[in-house]
Amino acid sequence: MNDMRLIQRTVDMHETKIRASGVDVFYGDNHAIKDVSVYIEDKTVTAFIGPSGCGKSTFLRCLNRMNDTIPICRVTGKITLDDEDIYDPKVDPVQLRAKVGMVFQKPNPFPKSIYDNVAYGPRIHGLAGDKSELDEIVEKSLRRAALWGEVKDRLAEPGTGLSGGQQQRLCIARAVATAPEVLLMDEPCSALDPIATAQVEELIDELKQNYSVVIVTHSMQQAARVSQKTAFFHLGNLVEYGETGKIFTNPEDSRTESYITGRIG
Amino acid sequence: MTLTWLVLAVLALAAVGYVMGRSRAMASAGGEIRALHSLPRYYGWNVALTVLTPAFGLMALWLLIQPVFIDARISSQLPDAAVSETTTRSLVMSDVRRVAEGLGQIGASKPESDPDEEYLSDLKSRLGGAGVALASDIDPAVYLAAERYRAGTAIGASLMWVAVLAVAVGGFAVSYLLTNKDFRARNTVERGILLVLIAAASIAILTTLGIILSMLFETRHFFADHPWQDFFLGTVWSPDFRGDSQLAILPLLWGTLYISLIALLVAVPIGLFAAIYLSEYATPRVRALAKPAIEVLAGIPTIVYGLFALITIGPMLRDYFAQPLGLGDSSSSVMTAGLVMGIMLIPFVSSLSDDIINAVPQSLRDGSYGLGATQSETIRQVIIPAALPGIVGAILLAASRAIGETMIVVLGAGAAAAQFDRGIGELVNPFEAMTTVTVKIVSQLTGDTDFASPETLVAFALGLTLFVITLGLNVLALWIVRRYREQYE
Ligand SMILES: Nc1ncnc2c1ncn2[C@@H]1O[C@H](COP(=O)(O)OP(=O)(O)OP(=O)(O)O)[C@@H](O)[C@H]1O
Ligand SMILES: [Mg+2]
Repeated sequence: MNDMRLIQRTVDMHETKIRASGVDVFYGDNHAIKDVSVYIEDKTVTAFIGPSGCGKSTFLRCLNRMNDTIPICRVTGKITLDDEDIYDPKVDPVQLRAKVGMVFQKPNPFPKSIYDNVAYGPRIHGLAGDKSELDEIVEKSLRRAALWGEVKDRLAEPGTGLSGGQQQRLCIARAVATAPEVLLMDEPCSALDPIATAQVEELIDELKQNYSVVIVTHSMQQAARVSQKTAFFHLGNLVEYGETGKIFTNPEDSRTESYITGRIG
Repeated sequence: MTLTWLVLAVLALAAVGYVMGRSRAMASAGGEIRALHSLPRYYGWNVALTVLTPAFGLMALWLLIQPVFIDARISSQLPDAAVSETTTRSLVMSDVRRVAEGLGQIGASKPESDPDEEYLSDLKSRLGGAGVALASDIDPAVYLAAERYRAGTAIGASLMWVAVLAVAVGGFAVSYLLTNKDFRARNTVERGILLVLIAAASIAILTTLGIILSMLFETRHFFADHPWQDFFLGTVWSPDFRGDSQLAILPLLWGTLYISLIALLVAVPIGLFAAIYLSEYATPRVRALAKPAIEVLAGIPTIVYGLFALITIGPMLRDYFAQPLGLGDSSSSVMTAGLVMGIMLIPFVSSLSDDIINAVPQSLRDGSYGLGATQSETIRQVIIPAALPGIVGAILLAASRAIGETMIVVLGAGAAAAQFDRGIGELVNPFEAMTTVTVKIVSQLTGDTDFASPETLVAFALGLTLFVITLGLNVLALWIVRRYREQYE
């Protein structure tokens, strides 16, 4: 319970980066997200918590229009990024996803070398002027994802040959290398040991200086450690949203309280 | 007919065995299924399989060995005088077999005394009436051999009846007596099934081996009569049945490779792009319509493609391309055959590639889209590399088909071998008529010839060379696939 002391930290005011209002998501007839409104601040870590199947991943995928790739998925409502409607027909989802990066719940490295995996985004978006610049981006991203030490001698080996936890960090490095403004992370530490978890949390803290980070997690401690805002989802509803400290010490809704105490206490 | 009865008899015995084995097991357990080691049906199957497997195994062996055995015996008894200078012993033996078969058909009984000329010429016309036409008069020695052949076959058949039935009954008795409630029928049946599966696998492998061996055998005959230098290194194909043929494979191989190359140049891009469209871009409704429509192409017989080449594509290419460009005026051309063959191969490439692309996990696509890649970037940089081993396999499969194709070539490109002495310009001119190895195999073997002259035996050498080439292609495919697997998994 030591982490609970973190509630005492000061909370700065930040601009709103993403604002969702009245969002509903349907998978066919399955109403997965019900009238969710939430704002996500810039230079802030926001945690999504909730029981399995409550729609955390689904909502996260709405924020960079990854749900477009699921034919049966239908999203209604309004989501803006920097006050621009991301579901507007004028918006190019490809450009949106370059700005709003994503680390998936299941590690999905490409069947390419470790180097090419990380260099994938920078190459596509032309972020590196030459080879040495690209090398630099790759090394920096792998370092930030706490993977550099383990793979620096085997960058040419396939990324799919890494262990599950290493693959997860590779995917984090891959997402970071593209330099997104918002990073959506779906359970990025689910397969990591405590040391790697601490390193990834350090990375999240560091990213917060410049970017906005949204993290889905099943670990209450992690949510309490890294986030400033927390959203609790239950059966597709956003039950409660607010300062992390307040949610964890003094939740307004009884469902929030029983979930948190059930898990931590 | 008698064989059918024998098979039916064994099957009936097996069926009886199933019922009896089952009920004996039940009886031994006092009607209590849980007291049995295995379910009752396993006891039934145990008896049935012990009846069937050895009996049918013996029958198959017998049917394979008996003709060889009788042939060898009769052949060794045949007096040398019966083999005149113009024939060989094996040709005479084939006459003997035909006469013996004919005697069986007309149901002639053996005459009292030795057959005289009159009887034999009468016999020849009777045989002719029954559809067994013989070129020359029947030699008395041949007739006697045929009679012996018939008798031997009849004795063999009766012996087989006895032996097979004995084995079946024996198997029945042994397994029936072994049946009691503690007998591990389930394990025995399991082993029996394993044996059947192994037998099936061996048949497939042995057949391949047999095909290779018979090709090798005939090829050796060919090279005994014809210098191998001419076959492999020569540049002229001009068979001549009066002798002095030049039988070089190079002109034919050139035709095969050239036509296959054009076919693949047509089929691979179109097939691959079609597959990418169908699996990545098409809506489910379009896909449901378009995929079967493309696959209909695979169901068209190649002879129909050949007709299409002959009456549509060939004249069209000649009128609009070859003649205006001054490249020739034959409607049979490498281009015609290659183009039509390419169309034939499109569904192979597209439908296999489509399955392979669909098998690439969605999570890889998501990963790429999530980094802000467009659809075509995702396809080029993630999906195609992931699917490449499979796609290479599909392409090589198509290549094997192209190399083995005959009908389209006959009708589309003609039957004239490439002529190396006319210069390189004519060789690479795609509007020149040309032909392939397979076409020549067919044309060397059709017609009334015995398999003795180099002109016919060359077909086997050609076939074997083709086999080696396609085998090499497959090995190459496996190698490429394995290399990529190592790199990417
Ligand atoms: N691709 C899909 N097709 C159909 N239904 C889906 C799909 N993805 C999710 N769902 C449904 O949407 C609901 C929410 O799923 P979601 O994956 O968002 O849950 P989650 O909160 O991320 O759960 P977890 O913590 O287990 O990852 C579930 O009922 C699920 O069955
Ligand atoms: Mg999830």
